[in-house]
Amino acid sequence: MHRNGKLKLPSWAGALVLWAAPLAFLGVFYLYPLVNILKISFTHSDRAVSPLIQALSSRSIQHVLWFTVWQAILSTALTLLLGLPGAYLMARYDFRGKALVQALSGIPFVLPTLVVAAAFNALLGPRGWVNLALMALLKTTQPPVTFVNSLSAILIAHVFYNTTIVLRLVGDFWAHLDPHLGQAARMLGANKWQELRYVSLPLLAPAITAAALLVFIFVFTSFGVILVLGGPRFATLEVEIYNQTLSLFNLPIAAALSIIQLICTLVFSIIYTRRVKHLARPLSLHPRRYTQHKLSNWREKILAGALIALLLGLLTTPLAALAARSFTRFEAERGQHTLVNASVTLDFYKELLINRRQSVFYIPPVRAIGVSFSYAAITVILALALGFPAAWALSRDSKEQKSPIDYINQILDPLLMLPLGTSAVTMGLGFLVALGRPPLDLRASPILVPLAHTLVAFPFVVRSLTPALRSIRPRLRQAAAVMGAPPLQVLRQIDLPLTGRAIIVAATFAFTISLGEFGATAMISRPEFPTIPVAIYRFISQPGALNYGQALALSTILMAVTAAGMLVIERLRIADIGEF
Amino acid sequence: MSGTKQSLLTKTCRSNAYHNKYFGDHSKFLPIGLLLAVMALILAGCAPQAPAETPSPSSPRTLTVMTHDSFAISEDALQTFEQQNAVKVQFLKAGDTGTSLNKAILSKDNPLADVYYGVDNTFLSRALDEGIFQPYKSPLLANIPAEYQLDPNYFALPVDYGNVCLNYDKAYFTQNNLTPPQTLDDLLKADYKSLLVVQNPATSSPGLAFLLTTIAVYGEDGYIDYWKGLVANDVKVVNDWELAYYTEFSGSSGKGPRPIVVSYDSSPAYEVLYAETPLEEPPTAAVISDNTCFRQIEFVGILKGAKNLELAQKWVDFMLSPQFQQELPTQMFVFPVNSQAALDELFGKYLKQPLVTARVNPADIAAKRQVWLEAWTEAVLR
Repeated sequence: MHRNGKLKLPSWAGALVLWAAPLAFLGVFYLYPLVNILKISFTHSDRAVSPLIQALSSRSIQHVLWFTVWQAILSTALTLLLGLPGAYLMARYDFRGKALVQALSGIPFVLPTLVVAAAFNALLGPRGWVNLALMALLKTTQPPVTFVNSLSAILIAHVFYNTTIVLRLVGDFWAHLDPHLGQAARMLGANKWQELRYVSLPLLAPAITAAALLVFIFVFTSFGVILVLGGPRFATLEVEIYNQTLSLFNLPIAAALSIIQLICTLVFSIIYTRRVKHLARPLSLHPRRYTQHKLSNWREKILAGALIALLLGLLTTPLAALAARSFTRFEAERGQHTLVNASVTLDFYKELLINRRQSVFYIPPVRAIGVSFSYAAITVILALALGFPAAWALSRDSKEQKSPIDYINQILDPLLMLPLGTSAVTMGLGFLVALGRPPLDLRASPILVPLAHTLVAFPFVVRSLTPALRSIRPRLRQAAAVMGAPPLQVLRQIDLPLTGRAIIVAATFAFTISLGEFGATAMISRPEFPTIPVAIYRFISQPGALNYGQALALSTILMAVTAAGMLVIERLRIADIGEF
Repeated sequence: MSGTKQSLLTKTCRSNAYHNKYFGDHSKFLPIGLLLAVMALILAGCAPQAPAETPSPSSPRTLTVMTHDSFAISEDALQTFEQQNAVKVQFLKAGDTGTSLNKAILSKDNPLADVYYGVDNTFLSRALDEGIFQPYKSPLLANIPAEYQLDPNYFALPVDYGNVCLNYDKAYFTQNNLTPPQTLDDLLKADYKSLLVVQNPATSSPGLAFLLTTIAVYGEDGYIDYWKGLVANDVKVVNDWELAYYTEFSGSSGKGPRPIVVSYDSSPAYEVLYAETPLEEPPTAAVISDNTCFRQIEFVGILKGAKNLELAQKWVDFMLSPQFQQELPTQMFVFPVNSQAALDELFGKYLKQPLVTARVNPADIAAKRQVWLEAWTEAVLR
């Protein structure tokens, strides 16, 4: 391939330049705090047995590890099952309200678990709409559907949260695949399934694997869903780390569990890196307007309609139930286990605007929205600025010959996923012990929050960009270079335009991750700058109908601003990237 | 009052000025970011102001107070303290009780703050053993009954208390002609089958308080059998107070299926205070008979290595003074330990408190917490 020696850019030095910023960031804000907290945790150990061996030989921890793995496999499979047909629909068809469907499907991603629990509860809880209707129908007083604290609650919530990852990553990649390849296969006598099996799926494999890996690591390290919806009978490693650290103060065991979780994440990432190298093929990507068509016949319309109904049914009915509840006042007929009189009210929203207790920590909702958006903006910029060079470096490896770049990439690629596999509790305490000395005394600085968000967003940005960058035909770059374009111009005129959509996807992920992050934020945020999820939590942790109502009202506001933010990002077009 | 607001506003804008600088570096490549940044600036409600910080000569000093998430104070009270002492108080909210204590311990060689408030009697021994505090015998301790002063060496000083008690849905018991439970033993009776919801003591502080109540009543040898009895009577265990109270409990606005929940003796009063529509009577009530409630006491202490010892002592005195103590119930949903502090009349009317609460020695809790939790988990969840 590399006929012209000059074209083997970037060379050794070039790769290092690309890697410099991302590695410096990860080194200072990830590795350094992590190593510090693990070191301190192990020095707290006073037992003769290594905590790692102690943890691995404990039967209850083996049980936790086993549960963590199988629920993650099951959750990932279910998410793909719903997400892939959805991605196909989004990729190949153009229909009215598509942008809205896509934005709505992304909302669950930002909601704090306590709110999602309240949402599912408004729908499926003991006094949710479903149970109320069934009880009226069956004339019983006991709710027939049990949802909270069951395995199905965990699985449904995981699908609810993560389907958007598959929709976006796979859907956007699929949208740019040349439909003629499939048409050619059909012309040669393949049926629809054969086309899917032998043409589309192999071409999509890099994007599907990337999405599956992200979903898997997310559910593998699941915390809030397990704690709140799963209940006390279920624990993942992440939940156990939290319990050991904060409830039992058993730092050595917590550190050992953190390390086990990191090793698992690393192993999955290495498997992924190995597989995906063989899967990626240079493709000619096409703008969406060439690959999409309108729903033409009735059969297509009915199938698409059913799929949209299924997606929205699962992903947005709980949200709608929550929003409806925030506008509803129930008349005080306590203990009556029948439908209560409901009326429409704006009281909860009005109450948000009043500092009734004259509290110093009162936060007007507009302020919380402002803080959340500021943090999200910094996160988007940081994550893209660091993620793009990393993804670009990753996509440069040559297949034919072993160059130093290959070795660098092979080692670094799986390491990039580690921040996703790191417990928020461990990281929060790591910041505390490591970033406490000048010049980096950031422990009480508000900038710590977007830095933490960037750590989570960074792997998403890299994983969204790499498949697109890898699929650019090297010849395009070479041709540009032959015609005299310096590397930066190649980047600007070839790579950026061809990955425009992927950049939008990456930005959306960074934006939503920052808006919704709660675990780390609650540990490091300053009271003057609470994000919306932190403000919601303040209300829902206090007794009284008005407090509960305000939590629901603020959650509804969070959903609205998230949807608005995503629609704005969708509409953004960067100069010559416009087409994609 | 405007002083506090003004300074908070300046701070927001200062941080946005920082963002601005940051965006400047990358805007050339990332118009998305720029657009978002502009959006954020608009939404933050901060029109560009004079960036120069005017160091106000009247308040050059800063006192840093670390607290748990539930800490709250009124603007008036804070202003009084800041003006009297010519100081600016900065609050660091460091997570829930367990998280904030962990942070205080891990940063004890290089403390984040001058004062730390929020350790409770279940964590007290741990804080004292780790030596994060320095002693201070505040003159205001004279007005605080001895029963709250659990640390005889004055490293940790009591600020407030709350009682974790069973709450019940009054309507359920009148409709079913049932008497509400009076003792823990009652909960084992067939009449109360499937009525109770509690929190997991490993993840919830009221949950731990209720477990400690059963340990105080039935002893270390008997509490597991009691819990097995509760399991046989179909007790429901959830992980946190929010889910227990708003999802499972029938007396709250969540209108769940179970009429008995572990909550606080003050919860019924708050159901009136924060009702959707004005209520004459609380819809719920707390069981306050002897040895059915556990008293949580929260403490404040001056951190070792505090930069402003004299100011820190002033702050501790302030937290124990009637002005701060009186607003505890409305600000933080807990109650004053200072006997001079007057309660709002609403609480006089609706608050019913237990006379005798179950007690467990803080040193025992620190030593045996893990063993108790593991035995409980084994008996109840497995």
